[in-house]
Amino acid sequence: MMPEYNKLEQLACVAAKYLEDGKTVAVGTGLPLIAASLAQKTHAPNLIIIFEAGGISPIVPTLPISVGDSRTTHKCLMAAGLAESMETMARGLVDYAFLGAAQIDMYGNINSTQIGLDHAHPKVRFPGSGGANDFGSLCWETLLVLRPHDTKKFVPKVDFITTPGYLTGPGTRDSAGLPPNTGPSHVITDLGVLGFDEQTKRMKIEKVHPGITIATIRENTGFELLLDTKVSETEEPTAEELRLLREIIDPERRIIGR
Amino acid sequence: MNIITEGIGELFQKVTPNEFREWTRENKSRMLIDKRMTEKEAVSRFVKNGNYLAIGGFGHVRIPMAVIYEIVRQRIKDLSVAGHTAVHDLDTLIAGGCVKNVDAAYITGYEVRGLSAVQRRAYESGSVKLTEWSNGTLAWRLKAAAIGVSFLPVRCLLGTDTMKYSAAKVARCPFTNDIYALVPALFPDVTIVHVHRCDIYGNAQIDGAVVKDDLSARAAKRVIMTTEEIIDTEQIREQPWNTIIPYYNVDAVIEVPWGSHPGNMPLRYFYDNDFINKYLEAGKNPQELAKFLDEWIYSLEDFDEYLTKLGFKRLRRLRDEEFMRRKDDA
Repeated sequence: MMPEYNKLEQLACVAAKYLEDGKTVAVGTGLPLIAASLAQKTHAPNLIIIFEAGGISPIVPTLPISVGDSRTTHKCLMAAGLAESMETMARGLVDYAFLGAAQIDMYGNINSTQIGLDHAHPKVRFPGSGGANDFGSLCWETLLVLRPHDTKKFVPKVDFITTPGYLTGPGTRDSAGLPPNTGPSHVITDLGVLGFDEQTKRMKIEKVHPGITIATIRENTGFELLLDTKVSETEEPTAEELRLLREIIDPERRIIGR
Repeated sequence: MNIITEGIGELFQKVTPNEFREWTRENKSRMLIDKRMTEKEAVSRFVKNGNYLAIGGFGHVRIPMAVIYEIVRQRIKDLSVAGHTAVHDLDTLIAGGCVKNVDAAYITGYEVRGLSAVQRRAYESGSVKLTEWSNGTLAWRLKAAAIGVSFLPVRCLLGTDTMKYSAAKVARCPFTNDIYALVPALFPDVTIVHVHRCDIYGNAQIDGAVVKDDLSARAAKRVIMTTEEIIDTEQIREQPWNTIIPYYNVDAVIEVPWGSHPGNMPLRYFYDNDFINKYLEAGKNPQELAKFLDEWIYSLEDFDEYLTKLGFKRLRRLRDEEFMRRKDDA
């Protein structure tokens, strides 16, 4: 019998599998860090974590509150700064960026700046780019974790493009001047995993979580989704993954909850 | 150089590398002089209405709160601020009515604690004006100033609304024909930093992430430095490779133990979560916020009084938390 788990635990376990051993990942606090930590403790012991405030390859003792607090430089190899971490991305040394967002469109453009179209008087003001624009421009591959998967988040047009996805389609990242061969690869949600079609750069359904149908994902997405040639089911969290999450990585359940 | 496109955001600080060199030549002492003073004196001498401010640390980590409180206490107005992961530092200045413009990279948020009502009101009402950037591009704007040039070409912002609402420009490289975003140098009038230790001249060491303090101290006309402790210059000379900010950038040195409170000071003390949560709660209601500011800023003479009010027991608990010594903490 499979163990019981919640949606956040499932998200963390699915997201972790996209991080390969021996690569580098730029993360923020929260779920991306949980997924990266889980990857390190399972299939990717040589995954290197980079925090933008300057913590390079830390051994994170407990979950940080800030990307810049003392937990993000704990036993790290170098305590550097913002310029150094972003310049490392610019040099092509960072494989994955791991981001969240308030809104996303079919090309993976993301909004973490505002709800509403008037920049001078937004309905809701969010933090803005932080490091997201730098991460999403400069890292090779951008992984996105978004929840809940609904039509408020998955919209035909984001209110503000904070961080570039594939902009308006094939070739537009390059023509805007962004470094070649970069862009979002996967969007992991509480319903499944979305990828991007090679030809059109549009979002497509790649995987569904157990018990979720393609129709449910389509109903909860505000634009037309393409379908991968073979859509599969995501793996359920194993007992060992859940133990790591609950006992080692987030024992206070600050992010994964109960 | 042909400009392909440019942001419509306002440039809050003029780009003045030549003027900066001249100003530095005339005004920055090369002498090793004792720069110790109180936060009251430093703010009244160096922070003027309408100035552009860069603040060290990472928003709620290693922040120069004694000077921030003093700016609020002296009711300095119309500041422009570099909003690099601007959390409790900028929030307090906005709560005090000191801020007119923000170069936004990360604002409004308290990271995992969520959004601040104080900043949301300021930006959603339009009472504080914003120009958009990212943490990387703001750092590179300071870097451009620190290396004495007027802009740097970078490979982000491109293609986005962050670019559109920035004050960057887009142009082709004259060597490779690649397209770059050109970010203008940022020369703050005043940079305020909090460090772990420095000598009386301002030679400073920082433990943990430097964030962008090395750059913002080099880019500014004036640097006000608060420090957990003042050490002998001999100790600086024994480990000169640990000097992150050299004395000639620094104009004021203020010894302020616990000076990042309620923020984290890496390897010294943890966040005062109780204080931050009470502040965030008060911030939801302007009257409650006014009471909070009165209690913790206006009614107090200086940071010493603030620490006395907090009490040693509370501070010692924060030190234990930083070193993860207590598991049973309430």
